[in-house]
Amino acid sequence: MLSDWPILSLLTFLPLAGVLFLLLIRGDDQTVSTNSRLVALWVSGFIFFVSLYLYFAFDPAQPGYQFEEQASWIKGGGINYHMGVDGISMPFILLATFLTPLSILASWSIKHRVRDYMIAFLVLETMMIGMFASLDMLMFYLFFEGVLIPMFLIIGVWGGPRRVYAAFKFFLYTLAGSVLMLVCMMAMFVQEGTTDIPALQLASFAPALQFWLFLGFFASFAVKVPMWPVHTWLPDAHVEAPTAGSMILAGVLLKMGGYGFIRFSLPMFPDASAFFAPYIFALSVIAVIYTSLVALAQSDMKKLIAYSSVAHMGFVTIGIFSFTEQGLSGAMFQMISHGLVSAALFFCVGVVYDRLHTREIKAYGGVADVMPRYAAWFMLMMLASVGLPGTSGFVGEMLVLVGAWQASGLTAVLAATGLILGAVYMLWLYRRVVFGRAESQAVLEMAPLARREVMIFVPLALFVIWLGVFPALLLDVMNPLIAQMISQLGSLAPASAKAF
Amino acid sequence: MAFSANDWIAFLPETILVLFALVVTLLAAWAGDNPKGRQLVRQTVLLAYALALVAVMVGQPERTELFNGLFVAGGVLSWFKGLVLAGAFAAGWMTTQKWDEGVERAEYPLLVLLASLGMCLMISANDLMALYMGLELQSLPLFVIAAMRTRSLKSSEAGLKYFLLGALSSGMLLYGASLIYGFVGTTSFAGIAETLAAGPASAGVTVGLVFLLSGLAFKISAAPFHMWTPDVYEGAPTPVTALFAIAPKVAAMALLLSVTHYAFGPIAAQWSQVLVALSVASMLVGAFGALRQTDIKRMMAYSSIAHMGYALIGLAAGTAEGASGVLIYMTTYLVMGAGSFAIIMSMRRDETPVQKISDLAGASSTHPLLAAGMMLVMFSMAGIPPLAGFFGKWYVFVAAVNAGLIPLAVIGVLASVVGAFYYLRIIRLMYFQEPDETLDHGMPRQNQAVLLASLAVIVLFVFAIGPLRDYASQAVQELTGNLAVYSAVSSASYSG
Repeated sequence: MLSDWPILSLLTFLPLAGVLFLLLIRGDDQTVSTNSRLVALWVSGFIFFVSLYLYFAFDPAQPGYQFEEQASWIKGGGINYHMGVDGISMPFILLATFLTPLSILASWSIKHRVRDYMIAFLVLETMMIGMFASLDMLMFYLFFEGVLIPMFLIIGVWGGPRRVYAAFKFFLYTLAGSVLMLVCMMAMFVQEGTTDIPALQLASFAPALQFWLFLGFFASFAVKVPMWPVHTWLPDAHVEAPTAGSMILAGVLLKMGGYGFIRFSLPMFPDASAFFAPYIFALSVIAVIYTSLVALAQSDMKKLIAYSSVAHMGFVTIGIFSFTEQGLSGAMFQMISHGLVSAALFFCVGVVYDRLHTREIKAYGGVADVMPRYAAWFMLMMLASVGLPGTSGFVGEMLVLVGAWQASGLTAVLAATGLILGAVYMLWLYRRVVFGRAESQAVLEMAPLARREVMIFVPLALFVIWLGVFPALLLDVMNPLIAQMISQLGSLAPASAKAF
Repeated sequence: MAFSANDWIAFLPETILVLFALVVTLLAAWAGDNPKGRQLVRQTVLLAYALALVAVMVGQPERTELFNGLFVAGGVLSWFKGLVLAGAFAAGWMTTQKWDEGVERAEYPLLVLLASLGMCLMISANDLMALYMGLELQSLPLFVIAAMRTRSLKSSEAGLKYFLLGALSSGMLLYGASLIYGFVGTTSFAGIAETLAAGPASAGVTVGLVFLLSGLAFKISAAPFHMWTPDVYEGAPTPVTALFAIAPKVAAMALLLSVTHYAFGPIAAQWSQVLVALSVASMLVGAFGALRQTDIKRMMAYSSIAHMGYALIGLAAGTAEGASGVLIYMTTYLVMGAGSFAIIMSMRRDETPVQKISDLAGASSTHPLLAAGMMLVMFSMAGIPPLAGFFGKWYVFVAAVNAGLIPLAVIGVLASVVGAFYYLRIIRLMYFQEPDETLDHGMPRQNQAVLLASLAVIVLFVFAIGPLRDYASQAVQELTGNLAVYSAVSSASYSG
């Protein structure tokens, strides 16, 4: 029976099997490139179908973790190989397995060292799935940090002109945050004698210790999310990364921070979370408003979307620390939705970049005349990013605002202004790129969308709309768990969070 | 004063090395300038390492005192001895390829053999006299081989500098040892531990201990006793540097472990502070010193200073957990050192060895396998999981946190971020840049084998860490028993 299979380990390590295939490819450069693309695409596509099993076999009503696997690893040391998913981590695994084949399909324009590129992507997929599926803190850290290796190479080898700077900034920023988390993990390990996440969630740490542990974890997750003011690596990394790198970076890697807050900070350090919630609200509100304004001023399309990611992730942190059911499920929903929408938006930029080789907004204009279908896809994604009802973006932001309103009215009001600013910069971007007159002859000569590109848009658009009109698709999976988490936290939150 | 047959059996690895050293001396004299004879010398020395390694592996499992307590064998020391011999074997094997710069002479393998013997004696030392004897037997040949490239000014400078500073450190060490003898009344480790456990130590012992530790810190090149390291690494012929990077520090660290945890275990509070200071200084000097290097060997020198700083964290914790962390750390250090030098030794252009970091530029397109190997080694040295280097760091840092040395752990992890920068620099050169001039193709097969073995350990360490950790925490028990006395004494003094 399939249910007896170690499905999570299978999913995690299948991409490595794909890497082996890639290494076996022989022939001249052209053959190797073509075959590498196809192997990577088929392997990651297959993994997506396997991961669908998780969704259908998952029982939301059942408390605790499902598909659990345990094996002894560092036996005497209280560190074990432990995997499992719940309503929080399962959607992220699907997001990762869904976006990986699409990003690989979006990488057809990579011509240089294709095999190495595909290896990096498959290794990245292993790290992403493993991270969301880990129920052991040390394993979590291995995968969490392991992500840096392929991503560093993807930005550094296949990136734009300032790729070296961007890759270093990305790596060192993230590493500096993570090592502080590592020290905190050690402190928890020393105190509890285990790195098992479920066990640590039951452990209660003294409030004074929680304070420091929270800060250590915060250092890592805040950089990953990224929160203002440690977000500066993100625009650089996005601008320099190849299209597919940006898709995965915005689509999945940023969610590792939000996931970490939900998995570690809230359940393990509830007192500290309640204490810091007002500060996090403040940082998030600044992120939402400030980065929206910064986005408004950008002349580079990718940079604009990168800043909009920071603003959207600001909603996520507000939702998480609102300590309400709506806020938390809104944050989850927003993360999944933003994963799809931002990946699609970066792909939109990639499509025209492949044709014109510039990301300057003012080099475009009148794209609707030459690529009408592209204009339609771009519009859908742009509106989803703005949060138009009927798209997935609306549900997440709405829920977050409802949750935030219960926790702190001022936060909700200020965050809502971010929605308006978001509409302004996205619509303005869209107008400048798609409407108006073409800026140059080159724009008029752009080729229409290829079938491959449509194949990327279709599934993304499908889920963006599906989640928009039928949010229960996702909410049903996670709501029982979120209700349970909030009821455990319940007594702590409102008083201190209202203080803001 | 009779020695039993058992003593000799437990002492078999050292005995093998001594006998071979005698044979090889004759052989080297006979070989002279004859290339075939020289090759024979090299191979005989390799055989000596291999046999000694086998003797270590099949030998004494438990810790036993030999020769009336002058030496000790078995237990955790076997692990360190095995590491040193494996390292010496790898370094020697990689030198069997065509080399000049003085390394081709028949004396070279002999000197390394003597140094390895010294290292084994250091590890086995259980008495201040034995300690000094092993240390000098290790150092003197190393002084000579550092200056092996006689026509190079840098090599001579390296040898001279190393010798002068080494002599100074030996002097300090001896002075410390004499003070300790004066105040404790014995040179035996067991005796020292017994005396110190019996009552409060006099200030003289502490002063002596500080001198002793300074001398040992020089051998592991911990800052501020690190000055010789970059010059020696840079100036010495590359095979010599490889040896320096692999074996002697493991031996010196093992010795430091026995001295602190076993002999001076009862006064852990005294040496722990010294080690904390050495550790912080080394991590910072190593991390920041490496940033601006252009010579890869110099960079590796600073990198090794930083690594010693991390390993010292485990020692400074002053617990059994920390000691086992050091064992794991030194194991990964040796493996990564061997892997990196397998590559550095094969960096040649037009048949001439090159050692600028920039010589690696664009290596990923001209030498894909070399570059991929170097990349893994560098990520591992930077401590990025899931590679081997991470686990060494994890265990020493955990020990520090457990011992309440959280600030030390925080400095350590932050220094490792700085360190990551210069390891990434190498990856950047290899992967993000196009080559200007390419390196020669064809890595000697010895280097290939060492590199592959090292990479296998680095990548598959995830699977080995479980058993290794279990072994380490078992093996260090007998060495760290005296620490319990210390904590018992200190807790008693608190309650009193």
